[in-house]
Amino acid sequence: MAEDRFDAAVIGAGVVGAAAARALALAGARVVVLEKAADILDGASKANSAILHTGFDAPPGSIESACLAEGYAEYRRIHARLGLPLLESGALVLAWTEEEEARLPALIEQAQLNGVSDVEPLGAAALRACEPGLGPGLRAGFRVPGEHLVDPWSAPLAYLHQAAAHGAVIRRACEVQGGTWDGALWRLETGGDPVQARVVVNAAGLWGDVVDERLLGRRRFAIRPRKGQFVVYDKTAFGLTRHILLPVPSATTKGVVVCRTVWGNLLVGPTAEDQDDRTTAVLDPAVLEALRRRGEAILPALSGHEPTAAYAGLRPATEDKDYRIGHDPDRAYVTLGGIRSTGLSAALGLAARLVRMLEGQGATQGWIPPADPVWPVLPNLAETAPRDWQRPGHGGIVCHCEMVTRREILAALEGSLGARTLGGLKRRTRVTMGRCQGFYCTPALARLTAGRLDPPLAEPLEADGAR
Amino acid sequence: MRADGPPAGCAAAAAERADVVVVGAGPAGLAAAAVLAGAGLSVLVLEREGEPGGVPRHCGHSPYGMREFGRVMGGRAYAARLAERARRAGAQIRPGVAVVALRPGPRLLVTAAGGPAEIAADQVLLATGAREGSRAARGLGGTRPGGVLNTGALQGLVYLERLRPFRRPVVLGTELVSFSALLTCRHAGIRPVLMVGEGPAVEARWPAALLPRLLGVPLRLSTRIEAIEGRDRVEAVILRGPGGLWREAADGVVVTGRFRPESALVTASHLRLDPRTRGPEVDEFGRCSDGAFFAAGNLLRGVETAGTCWSEGRAVARAMLAARAGRLPEGVARPLAIEGGALAWALPQRLAGDGTVPPAFPAIQAGAARCARGRLVLRAGGAETASAERAVRPHRSLRLPLPPPGAEPVLAFEEEP
Ligand SMILES: Cc1cc2nc3c(=O)[nH]c(=O)nc-3n(C[C@H](O)[C@H](O)[C@H](O)COP(=O)(O)OP(=O)(O)OC[C@H]3O[C@@H](n4cnc5c(N)ncnc54)[C@H](O)[C@@H]3O)c2cc1C
Ligand SMILES: Cc1cc2nc3c(=O)[nH]c(=O)nc-3n(C[C@H](O)[C@H](O)[C@H](O)COP(=O)(O)OP(=O)(O)OC[C@H]3O[C@@H](n4cnc5c(N)ncnc54)[C@H](O)[C@@H]3O)c2cc1C
Repeated sequence: MAEDRFDAAVIGAGVVGAAAARALALAGARVVVLEKAADILDGASKANSAILHTGFDAPPGSIESACLAEGYAEYRRIHARLGLPLLESGALVLAWTEEEEARLPALIEQAQLNGVSDVEPLGAAALRACEPGLGPGLRAGFRVPGEHLVDPWSAPLAYLHQAAAHGAVIRRACEVQGGTWDGALWRLETGGDPVQARVVVNAAGLWGDVVDERLLGRRRFAIRPRKGQFVVYDKTAFGLTRHILLPVPSATTKGVVVCRTVWGNLLVGPTAEDQDDRTTAVLDPAVLEALRRRGEAILPALSGHEPTAAYAGLRPATEDKDYRIGHDPDRAYVTLGGIRSTGLSAALGLAARLVRMLEGQGATQGWIPPADPVWPVLPNLAETAPRDWQRPGHGGIVCHCEMVTRREILAALEGSLGARTLGGLKRRTRVTMGRCQGFYCTPALARLTAGRLDPPLAEPLEADGAR
Repeated sequence: MRADGPPAGCAAAAAERADVVVVGAGPAGLAAAAVLAGAGLSVLVLEREGEPGGVPRHCGHSPYGMREFGRVMGGRAYAARLAERARRAGAQIRPGVAVVALRPGPRLLVTAAGGPAEIAADQVLLATGAREGSRAARGLGGTRPGGVLNTGALQGLVYLERLRPFRRPVVLGTELVSFSALLTCRHAGIRPVLMVGEGPAVEARWPAALLPRLLGVPLRLSTRIEAIEGRDRVEAVILRGPGGLWREAADGVVVTGRFRPESALVTASHLRLDPRTRGPEVDEFGRCSDGAFFAAGNLLRGVETAGTCWSEGRAVARAMLAARAGRLPEGVARPLAIEGGALAWALPQRLAGDGTVPPAFPAIQAGAARCARGRLVLRAGGAETASAERAVRPHRSLRLPLPPPGAEPVLAFEEEP
């Protein structure tokens, strides 16, 4: 077959595209995922705070609010079956100024409107009783018991694995450059063989407007990337807070958060900085220093801890606060765009909404959902459950800071969804992401990954130049 | 005994035991193992890498071995000799075994290719060494491409794997190890475009400072890396020096020096950690806050030469023998107070000696937080016991003889105005 024909093509393998592919495959569609980068999760989904949001502070009545509620519930329902972690921490929203304190009642009311009915107003003393490490100047706040922590990379990987288990084809290094609709089928140009599909889902994240333009000839919104920088602290700081510590959000950002990670670290971030560049998120030492100081104001004990890493991500923000969902039933085309700062939590809800939209349009006719879905179980990287190094036969530890075994690395390089870049391998295993940042394990890792990653970690010393 | 721990399902079986377990087979751990095994004890050396030897294992260059073997040797030969000596004395060296937790008892939780296990001992020597500061710890901005490495990683790639991660890197740092990075580059046919130091002078002592010129590598002082550029690989480095900001095309960055103890095990354990050294708190016998645990080598404070670590390992091993014979003083130790903002750290953090047993550390070691000029003074009970006029600077250690036993010791740096 010169041209592949699919029921649905999903453009983009970020968390939103991954969840969409899963939902479509479980609805019985033959799915293809087209991702332009060498590996999945190369855009906005590469770097976030990893919080499973309840949506308590979303604009009531918005698409975001609805998708968060549904996505949150769905994650809770399926995570254990896919081997995905859920670190139940709860969040404290903290007011440090009079002005922030004045906004608390409205926020609590907003949470009720969003269906998050278990928020609990707390005075400064009660907050301190919850988290004795909080810094001076705290005025009041409230607790959101349902805000939790997840693994932001294993989750979308699991969604793709489940899609693949139901026949989805995942093509990496495959950029959608254009396409035409002939009244019954889409024909997508990818540089290689064109791909035919009855339905197209644009989940291109930071390039969502560009893909709309390429396929529909117009942009329904304009992406303006919003950078968020983070500082990561070592495992020793993990115990400094149990709750996710949230500030009172402003109109443009959720603000700087202090929270644990499922891997046993502590994060401070993100910032919110608008920029034009869609590909690079540059670290600014002065901003990172300011984040550290903010973190130390919230949790003074942090000053005794050294950051082990810093990273930055880009949010696919648009001119509107809400998601930009576009549906073009005449052309069987859906855009899941502008999923700015809550996509990790909302993805499963967005995907369910997508399937309902297609059903409403009659596009799902003839799809036969699998009677007994397959549930692939991902290797656990979180400290909430036993790790591979605690089990027999792991072949030895390669990355000592993050306790990554040889067996885990070899497994992550295997299969149709195996890692192809060092970044992809890090996201699947956490190798080199700990305190030593590769001081100890780089040589062993270069040996294990030889011929498997592009670019490689290193090249052989040839006769030239070397002595 | 199996090298890969007990078979599956046996994790709950009786823990293996030895008289002494040494954690880390670098110069300090191997030197101690030779002394302890030589005294007739059963000694188990656990090393998480595939081979014993520690850092010297991947240092292809000299000088190593002057103090230990009376001649200059390459790192690999030196590492092999140290391991051989320990084995011949009767120590059992077990590579590929990572210690993952320290517990009172002492009991150690370990994991190896076969899986996890527990090991018990009367005494434990911690000799896990030090590592260089990461890019994040140095606060370097920009993007996060591949090709940003410490010297240790570079040397492992070149000497152990015969691989080359880049061809034209920028080398950050002017400590002794930074010059070791230059030698490794030369060996691998890598030509650094530049060596940059943040301070106004080279931090290493004199002869090393001649190296860049000898190797044809330009040296820029009072210069910092503002940002790293590149997506998959390093493409350029943005530098700020006395002449302003400039962009240097490069395909890698070697982040050298700024050593810190590899003390994750200690941090997560019941043992007290000194926030200044970031290593375990010890007395002059190398004894930790739990007297069944001892520590030696770079774990104590960051980098010293291999020879120094080797001597420390031997001396602490002798103190461990004294402890087994019940000869180490058990009374309340006197904490060493530090005065003067120019001092970053000092060890031993407390003194327990009563003059009956020779100490493992004959001197107070200290490090400076910044460049300063003045007098380093040690007082005990108000009386000055030692002093030295010094210009101090970070990453060069200071030493003064231990005070006589008895009074509360204070180490002070009296800065010249
Ligand atoms: C700093 C920060 C913190 C955040 N914190 C949280 C949080 O705590 N909780 C939470 O729920 N959310 C959080 N988010 C939001 C979340 O990360 C995003 O909403 C989500 O990642 C968006 O995913 P996406 O799939 O829409 O986009 P992307 O991840 O950008 O995926 C789009 C994919 O499409 C590919 N692509 C683009 N163009 C093409 C083309 N032409 N052909 C083929 N492929 C193409 C891209 O390469 C990319 O892989 C945070 C985001 C940031 C930046
Ligand atoms: C790049 C470089 C170049 C150098 N060049 C020279 C030189 O030319 N001359 C010189 O004299 N000195 C040199 N040094 C310094 C010298 O190598 C060190 O001071 C010396 O190796 C320190 O000895 P050590 O035993 O304290 O630690 P290390 O040599 O670091 O050994 C510690 C060992 O402990 C192991 N370990 C750590 N944690 C665990 C665990 N949890 N479980 C099991 N094992 C563990 C490690 O794998 C390692 O093998 C250099 C150092 C570096 C980094």
